[in-house]
Amino acid sequence: MPTFVLVDKCKGCMQCVQMCPSDIMHIDPSQGKAYNIEPSMCWECFVCVKSCPEAAIDVRGYSDFAPLGHRVTQQRTADHIEWKIESRGGAVREFVFPIRTTPWDSIPSPAAAPPPSAEMRQGELLSFEPDYLAVETLPTLPSNRSIGSS
Amino acid sequence: MEDGRPSGPRFVDADLLIVGGGLAGCGAAYESRYWGRDLRIVVAEKAAIERSGAVAQGLSAINCYLGMRWGENQPEDFVRYVRNDVMGLSREDLVYDVARHVDSTVHLFEEWGLPIFKDPTTGRYVREGRWQVMIHGESYKPIVAEAARKAATEVVEHVIVTHLLPDARDTHRVAGAVGIDVRDGRYVVFRAKAVIVAAAGASHIFRPRSAGEGYGRTWYPPWASGSAYGLMIPFGTEMIQMENRLVVTRFKDGYGPVGAWFLLLKAVATNARGEEFEKTRLPELRQRVGAYADVKPMPTCLRNHLMLQEIRDGHGPILIHTERVLDTPEKEALGWEDFLNMTVGQAVTWAAQGVDPRKSPSELILSEPYVMGSHAVCAGAWASGPADLAPPEYRWGYNRMTTIPGLFGAGDAIGGSAHKFSSGSFTEGRLAAKGAVAFLRDQADHLTVPDENRIAELQVELFRPLETFQHGHSKVTGGSVSPDYLQPLSGLQRLEKTMDEYAGGASTDYMTNETMLNRALDNVTLLRADLARLGAADLHELQRSWELVHRVWTAEAVVRHTLFRKETRWPGYYYRSDYPVIDDTNWRCFVSSVYDRATDRWTLSTRPYRAIM
Ligand SMILES: Cc1cc2nc3c(=O)[nH]c(=O)nc-3n(C[C@H](O)[C@H](O)[C@H](O)COP(=O)(O)OP(=O)(O)OC[C@H]3O[C@@H](n4cnc5c(N)ncnc54)[C@H](O)[C@@H]3O)c2cc1C
Ligand code: SF4
Ligand code: SF4
Repeated sequence: MPTFVLVDKCKGCMQCVQMCPSDIMHIDPSQGKAYNIEPSMCWECFVCVKSCPEAAIDVRGYSDFAPLGHRVTQQRTADHIEWKIESRGGAVREFVFPIRTTPWDSIPSPAAAPPPSAEMRQGELLSFEPDYLAVETLPTLPSNRSIGSS
Repeated sequence: MEDGRPSGPRFVDADLLIVGGGLAGCGAAYESRYWGRDLRIVVAEKAAIERSGAVAQGLSAINCYLGMRWGENQPEDFVRYVRNDVMGLSREDLVYDVARHVDSTVHLFEEWGLPIFKDPTTGRYVREGRWQVMIHGESYKPIVAEAARKAATEVVEHVIVTHLLPDARDTHRVAGAVGIDVRDGRYVVFRAKAVIVAAAGASHIFRPRSAGEGYGRTWYPPWASGSAYGLMIPFGTEMIQMENRLVVTRFKDGYGPVGAWFLLLKAVATNARGEEFEKTRLPELRQRVGAYADVKPMPTCLRNHLMLQEIRDGHGPILIHTERVLDTPEKEALGWEDFLNMTVGQAVTWAAQGVDPRKSPSELILSEPYVMGSHAVCAGAWASGPADLAPPEYRWGYNRMTTIPGLFGAGDAIGGSAHKFSSGSFTEGRLAAKGAVAFLRDQADHLTVPDENRIAELQVELFRPLETFQHGHSKVTGGSVSPDYLQPLSGLQRLEKTMDEYAGGASTDYMTNETMLNRALDNVTLLRADLARLGAADLHELQRSWELVHRVWTAEAVVRHTLFRKETRWPGYYYRSDYPVIDDTNWRCFVSSVYDRATDRWTLSTRPYRAIM
């Protein structure tokens, strides 16, 4: 069905509504709680699940091929994600994976770098090249090499 | 907006408008700020860029990285690989261009905080295959989006862009775009001097294998609505390779990817009798495709082809032997992480079925076809190439500019530029941005003004489905059936049915012919006419309505291109039963199409293939 919302936990905060790339998490006006308005257009991408501050959203495998009796849940922090997979039949697996090596909101704007020269605008280099290529020159075809590339 | 009625347009002005904030759009936003410090750079996105597009859930690998700093590969090697994998037909200038820049993109990603697997002894990235590097990529998209947000002047979210806007004096030139804010129902008019389309390829053109609740479990996401094509085609942009649809081999039902399993973990696939059919079927493949059969690695479509033959001969199911390769806890974790990072639904499917991949093999299947430009296929716009690489026929303006002045593209939007994947799409966004900024500088004196009449006309057109629904609905009782309107879901299913049955979908084993394609064309053009009677109950259905319109344009181009190409170039993607072989003499060229709105006619022709080396 993909996602479903646990009625006691949902606070109607709209986070999942904001984040769902399929535009299918909406607030039910009669209850003030979120629900999946179009389960057959759900990708089971867990974007809404990860966005919910109340852990109110869960996923149940698509009914046309997934038997009942399973649960896949996660907890995501600033630098890692923990997954818990409870399989039909009782097996439980837990995994922890890193997600980011730098603090959130630490990426500088490219405008922080000195502005490019007129010569750079003419040539084929992109921002921060050739430094970020970690090779000396930008490759070009052998037929161009005699005239050099910029 | 209670009744969804708009209360006058909201204008958003930009020097550069980027439509779609996925991998390519984020690359474009980042790079355009570097070159255009004082420009108004606006990203228009139908969802929220932190988690929009094909990378919404994350990825487990970066599929395009050369490793030039370690001497691992050179752009020439990549061009040769792509040339073979797409059966000889790519824009090699564009492929080379992505290849020579993509390493700098990946190094930026690493610096921004994307965790890339490294070999502790050599310090090099861990390779999944020759071109792929492994990542802990759950947060790939939010990291890339953070960089784009820092660079853009404004990111306008929850606005579905529906049409490009022409310039008032020169209707062949682009001057912005229009769309609908799907939260407040406002009509949004973007006035821009240049536009980069990065609104992705398409799922749900062909009927998916899962038709029930799992209808959304397509490999490419259900929100990939073909908007890149649906925006550009009706504007008169020249398109190529629209027949080059993608079928992927995936874990059955959950559609878990196979790359890490085959390339890194070295799992083998067999038929039900335990035979490694890729080996046993090789002689037969040589007869069919000649030298392409012995290309290493085997082209993606040919691997599909062999699997399909096995299944057709009754030797299925095809099994991937996970149980033979998961011999350590590290490998087991890696196998699960591969799915949890990019196709959680496969982990859910395994959990539901109680599968232990260490104990039993899993089934593989061929997916329904998708239309896109960044994978082992390359549908999209015909674009101008880079100055130092493009042969004269491939260059008429700025890098990645389409045949429309001021209209650029990147990622799935650009044709012929295969195997970009995530890193290459971001790179192509950067390339298009540099081209677009140069265009803006050169054209500083030429002020574009969007055509007022068209703005007014579109305002009515965009919201018509809401009115049509209200009218039609008042005539019938509570049910969903009305003789007066077509609901977007019904229209989508009508499209998928005809594409599946006539245009080479999964239910005919990807087989089609001229008569079938003409049936498809009749049905798709009838559907296109019926789109004027779409009925939407609310803003959500209004978004679905315009997504359907974009998909129908995409599908019509697919059918017309497939009809035009009289050969079977990509066995395993689709077959023309009336022209069953590869015909390099006549058809090693691009099929190109241009739609003309004034006459409602399509013109199909060919463009030459040029090897750049
Ligand atoms: C399951 C899966 C696994 C993959 N695995 C890998 C991998 O391991 N490694 C790798 O490198 N690549 C992988 N890819 C491929 C990669 O994700 C794509 O090649 C890449 O994202 C394409 O970039 P894009 O910008 O063209 O499209 P997207 O990233 O999809 O971005 C398109 C954007 O446009 C927006 N949009 C669409 N229509 C509109 C509209 N009408 N108005 C406004 N906005 C709109 C979308 O919401 C989205 O944000 C995978 C893809 C999938 C689906
Ligand atoms: S994010 Fe969670 S709490 Fe907030 S509306 Fe959605 S389900 Fe409810
Ligand atoms: S799992 Fe993904 S597609 Fe499904 S409701 Fe949540 S965010 Fe939307």
